[in-house]
Amino acid sequence: MTTVSVAPSDEDLAPRLLSPGLERSDRIYHGVALGVGLGVLVLMGAIGVFLGIQSIPTLKHYGFGFFTTAQWQPELDHIGIASVLIGTIEVATVAIVVAFPLALLFALFITEVAPRRVKSWLVSSVDLMAAVPSIIYGLWGFFFMMPHAILLSRWLSQYMGWFPLFKVNTDPNAATWQQSSYTSSAFIAGLAVAMMAIPLACAVMRGVFDQAPIAEREAALALSGTRFGVIRTVVLPFGRGGIVGGTMLALGRALGETAAVLIIISPAYGIKFRILEAGQQTISALIAGNFGNATSSQLSALLTAGFVLFLITLGVNTAAAVVIRRSRSGAGTEL
Amino acid sequence: MTSTRTTDVEFDSVAHSAALETVPAGRLEAVDVSAWFGSHLVLKNVSLSMPAAEVTALIGPSGCGKSTFLRILNRMHETIPGAQLAGEVFLDDQEIYDPTQRVTSIRKRIGMVFQKPNPFPAMSIAENVTAGLTLSNTKVNKAEREEIIETCLQRAGLWNEVKDRLGKAGSALSGGQQQRLCIARALAIQPEILLMDEPCSALDPASTNKVEETIAELAGEVTIVIVTHNMQQARRVSERTAFFLSEQGGPGEIVESGLTVDVFGSPSDPRTEDYVEGRFG
Repeated sequence: MTTVSVAPSDEDLAPRLLSPGLERSDRIYHGVALGVGLGVLVLMGAIGVFLGIQSIPTLKHYGFGFFTTAQWQPELDHIGIASVLIGTIEVATVAIVVAFPLALLFALFITEVAPRRVKSWLVSSVDLMAAVPSIIYGLWGFFFMMPHAILLSRWLSQYMGWFPLFKVNTDPNAATWQQSSYTSSAFIAGLAVAMMAIPLACAVMRGVFDQAPIAEREAALALSGTRFGVIRTVVLPFGRGGIVGGTMLALGRALGETAAVLIIISPAYGIKFRILEAGQQTISALIAGNFGNATSSQLSALLTAGFVLFLITLGVNTAAAVVIRRSRSGAGTEL
Repeated sequence: MTSTRTTDVEFDSVAHSAALETVPAGRLEAVDVSAWFGSHLVLKNVSLSMPAAEVTALIGPSGCGKSTFLRILNRMHETIPGAQLAGEVFLDDQEIYDPTQRVTSIRKRIGMVFQKPNPFPAMSIAENVTAGLTLSNTKVNKAEREEIIETCLQRAGLWNEVKDRLGKAGSALSGGQQQRLCIARALAIQPEILLMDEPCSALDPASTNKVEETIAELAGEVTIVIVTHNMQQARRVSERTAFFLSEQGGPGEIVESGLTVDVFGSPSDPRTEDYVEGRFG
C-alpha cells in the first residue's frame, strides 16, 4: 500500500452537492407551518395597512395638529390625540408601576419559596387572573375598589401633593373631603389595569426564573448562600431578560386595555398630568366610547388614533420580544 | 438594632483579616448514615472517618451512592425535594444536622466543588472568587478583598493564567480553568473541609493534571474528600480510600475503607480487588 498525495489545483477544488432531501411528511409539515406563519404576518400587516389607509383623510385634514391638539370636539372640527395619548401613557404607567413589583415578588415566591404542593395552585390562580374578562375588572374596579382606592389617592395627594403628578385641585385637609375629585382618575383606572398586567408579567418571569441553572443555584448554596442569596446571585441575573421582557409585554397589554378603563374613567380632554384627579381619557376608551355614533370623518379620526396606538404597542411588544430573545435564559450555561 | 449591626460588621472583618492566614483543617466523621430519595433507599449504614488535613477518596461504580454521601457531608443532600437521611455527621465535635446548627454556617465551614465547573457567568473572575464572601455576609475591605482574590487564585493554581484579566467574565475561561476558579471561589470563605464531586470528569488530561496538582498543594491545609471514577487518580491524590458498592440496585454501602496503599495494594475484600483491578465497573 502506497499512498501518493497529489496536491489538487484550485480549479479542481469545489464543494460537492449536499442535498438534504426532506421526507414527504417533513415537507408537508414544513409547508403547513410556513403557511400559518406567513398567514399571521400577512394578517398583522393587513391590519396595519387598513388602519394606515383609513388614517390618510384625517392626517391630510388636520396635518401635524392632530398630534398636538388636546381637544376632541368633532362638532367644532377640533380634534387631536395629545391628551388621550398622555392619558394612555399615564394609565399604563400606573398599571406597570403597580404590577411590576407584585408580579416580580409573586414570581419569585412561586419559583423560590413556595412549597412544591402549593406551587401548582399558585400558578393556576395567577393564570386564572388572566382569564377574568376585563369588563369584570372594570365593574370590580368601579364598584368595589374605587371607594377604597380614593382613600389612597387622598393620602398620596395629602403627603405628596407637592409633586405635580400627585396634586389634586381640592383641599385635601378639608373636614368633609370632596370624594368626587378623586374618583374615576387615571390612577384608579391604572390600578384596575394592573390586575390584568400582573398575570402576564408574572407568567413570563416565572418561566424564566424556573430555568435558572440548577448548577449555579447549588454553587450559591454551597458557598453558604441563603435562599435570598441564591435569588440575588443566580436567579435575578439569569432572569433579567425575562423581567424586562415580561414587563414590556404587560405594558403592551396595559396600553391597549379598553373595557375596564371605559367603565372607570370619566372622559376629560386636556393636557393633564395630575393622575389622582378625576377625569382622563385613553385612546382605546376614546374609540370604544365614540365609534357608535361617529360620522365617516370622525370614524377616520378614531381609526387614526387607533393606528397610533397600534404602532406604539407594536413597538413595545417587538422590543419585549427582542429583549427576551437576547437574554441568557436557557442558553450559554452549558459548557 | 443599628448598634448590633455595626458590631457584627466589625467582628466579621476583624475575624476575617485574622483568618487570612489559614483556618485549621477540620475532621469529618460519618456515623451510620443512610439516605433515601422518596421511599427509595440509596445509602445504608455508612460510617467513615475522614481525618483532618488528609485527602480521602470515595471510589466505586456509578450509582453506588458516593455523590449522595458527599452531598450529605455539607447538607446539600437536603436541597433535593424528597431527600431524607438517618445517622449523624460530625464536624470535629459538632453534629452538623443538629437542629441548633445553621445550615449556612455549616456550608461555610465545608466547601464544595462540583462535577461540572459552575462559575457565575454574569460575574468577572475576581467577582466569582469573592462571591462567597457576599453570600456568607462576610464584610472585608478593599485591600483584604484583593488579597483574598490573589491568595485564593494562587492556591487554586490559576493566578498566573488570569492575573491580567481579573475583570473578564469567568465563563470565558477554559473548562479546566473554570474548575480551578470554582476551587478558588470555594477557598475564599476559608473552609476547613473541601468536598470535590468528580472535579475532573468534565476535564481533559492536561487540566486534570493541573487540578490534581492543586489538590496536592491544598492537602495538609484543608481536609479534602474527593469522589472519583478514576482509580489512578484516587491512587495519586489520596491518603485514604473508601470503596462504595451497591448490589443489584440495592442501597450503596462501604465495602472497604482504609489507607489508599492498603485498599489498592492488599484489599481484604474480593469485590474491592475485582474493582481496583478493573474487572468490573
